[in-house]
Amino acid sequence: MRNTFIETLTACASVDPRIFLVVGDLGFSVVETFSKKFPERFLNAGVAEQNMTGVAAGLAMAGYKVFTYSIANFPTLRCLEQIRNDVCYHGLDVTIVAVGGGLGYGPLGYSHHAVQDIACLRGFPGILMATPGDPYETEAVTRALVRHRGPAYLRLGKGGEPQGGPACTIEDQGIRIIERFGDSTLLTCGNLLGFVAPWAKSCQAGLASVPLWGTDERMKKMIRDFISNYRRVVIVEEHLAGGGFGSFVRETLESEPALQSVVRCCALDVSVCQLTGTQDQLRNAGGINIDSVRDAFAR
Amino acid sequence: MKSEFKSFACQLRIEALRMVHRARSSHIGGALSMADILAVLYGPGGRLRVKPTDPFWKGRDRFILSKGHACAGIYAALALRGFISMEELMTFAQSGSLLMSHASHKVAGIELSTGSLGHGLPVGCGLALGAKRSNEPWRTVVLLSDGEMDEGSNWESFLFAPQHRLDNLWALIDANGIQSLGTVPEVLDIEPLADKLRAFRWSVIEVDGHDLEALYRVLDLDHPPEPGRPTVVIARTIKGKGVPLMENRLEWHYKSPSDAQLTAAIAILESTCHA
Repeated sequence: MRNTFIETLTACASVDPRIFLVVGDLGFSVVETFSKKFPERFLNAGVAEQNMTGVAAGLAMAGYKVFTYSIANFPTLRCLEQIRNDVCYHGLDVTIVAVGGGLGYGPLGYSHHAVQDIACLRGFPGILMATPGDPYETEAVTRALVRHRGPAYLRLGKGGEPQGGPACTIEDQGIRIIERFGDSTLLTCGNLLGFVAPWAKSCQAGLASVPLWGTDERMKKMIRDFISNYRRVVIVEEHLAGGGFGSFVRETLESEPALQSVVRCCALDVSVCQLTGTQDQLRNAGGINIDSVRDAFAR
Repeated sequence: MKSEFKSFACQLRIEALRMVHRARSSHIGGALSMADILAVLYGPGGRLRVKPTDPFWKGRDRFILSKGHACAGIYAALALRGFISMEELMTFAQSGSLLMSHASHKVAGIELSTGSLGHGLPVGCGLALGAKRSNEPWRTVVLLSDGEMDEGSNWESFLFAPQHRLDNLWALIDANGIQSLGTVPEVLDIEPLADKLRAFRWSVIEVDGHDLEALYRVLDLDHPPEPGRPTVVIARTIKGKGVPLMENRLEWHYKSPSDAQLTAAIAILESTCHA
């Protein structure tokens, strides 16, 4: 997904002279695609994410469309107040890009995991959440973010993610139905779309994703409309159960108990924050596995 | 010109006192300590290129008050310069007012909302870098406090700006020596600040922050002293400057003047302004 992002951003930068990429001294053998082609619109800000995010805000104020890029936790949690105050409160055209969102850097340990990022960011006013599920969605979402004006958060996998559906275009926020099957569906948020796609078939359920979303009333209506079409919707996300997309859906349905009963969430248990291992091992240990999904459909 | 700056600074101090008194709000000490710096920037013939009738003029210099708690001072300066009305100042810190008691970018002439310390200089670095990369001639000026030097984000920026040869960036430090719970040396001693910043490859100037002629001479934004380097001006100031009962007194980080104290303060300022 990260290579797809850089390649797509580089292609967009060829026709949009405002695009500026700022990295936090990370991205070896990935960001060179951009930096060699557009050195005047590339910056390595060093290992200093608070300054990096402030610089991004300043560049946006100077007229650029800025993307900050680093590993999972660094461009998000390390500089959370800069994202809130400098970027979001000013409505600036800055997209925070986290590579390895979730457990992508599993073996590096929990210092490098981002399983609370959505909880921290989705409440900031005006921020557009981009959580593509596979490389196809990554390309489509990147193009949508280039068209977008304002703060955004792009949560990417580290690399090697399987495709979960066909190539697509994404024009706006909303739920993308990949496959319909009966009155049940998996709804994925983020980089595990391809990972869980086979589970949908084995559970005789449909498959959907939410590559681009906000927390405004328009998105809430889309969620209500989507859920009302099903008997069971199982949301799967590589994020702690508290505060993620599943939590947002439940908040959206707060006054609609009939729709609430349709939704089940399969997200990570907080115990995963004390573990290290491969991404697949950690997903399983944290509670994202075929058994928990089957159980969610059965409950 | 010096007398015009003096008059501007004096009026700025009086307006800031009135605002804080009316709102029963705090931080007047830091507003008074930076008044002379603001006068040289915003006063008649001042060093900043701005257009009050066109606050978003593309060619304007960008000024960020990083010590946003002292915003009564910048609001007063903007009103005196004509960005906002003098009447609007009286809404300061009132419910529903644009003039919240930390700097707000919703006020004409304020580039960045601040309040949480350590945000102004990183954004200033981005503005200055953006101007460089776009070949724009405008300059970026960030006014910080010395207590604010505790924030690590500033030191990330102090590393960053010389690396990128941002000689269109000016950091002004209002060094009044007092922060929230004690003097700066008592809390986290930052001295020798000039040596530290020279070691970070900035061009460093130390100046009496209440010497209007010296400030005007130093803040020659078109001619940074060392091309290729950002400039930091350490302005040695007095917290509460201009009002004897407030000078060098920590409690004026918090207190607002009583009616009698306001009357006395204005009388003193008016007498010294016209001296």
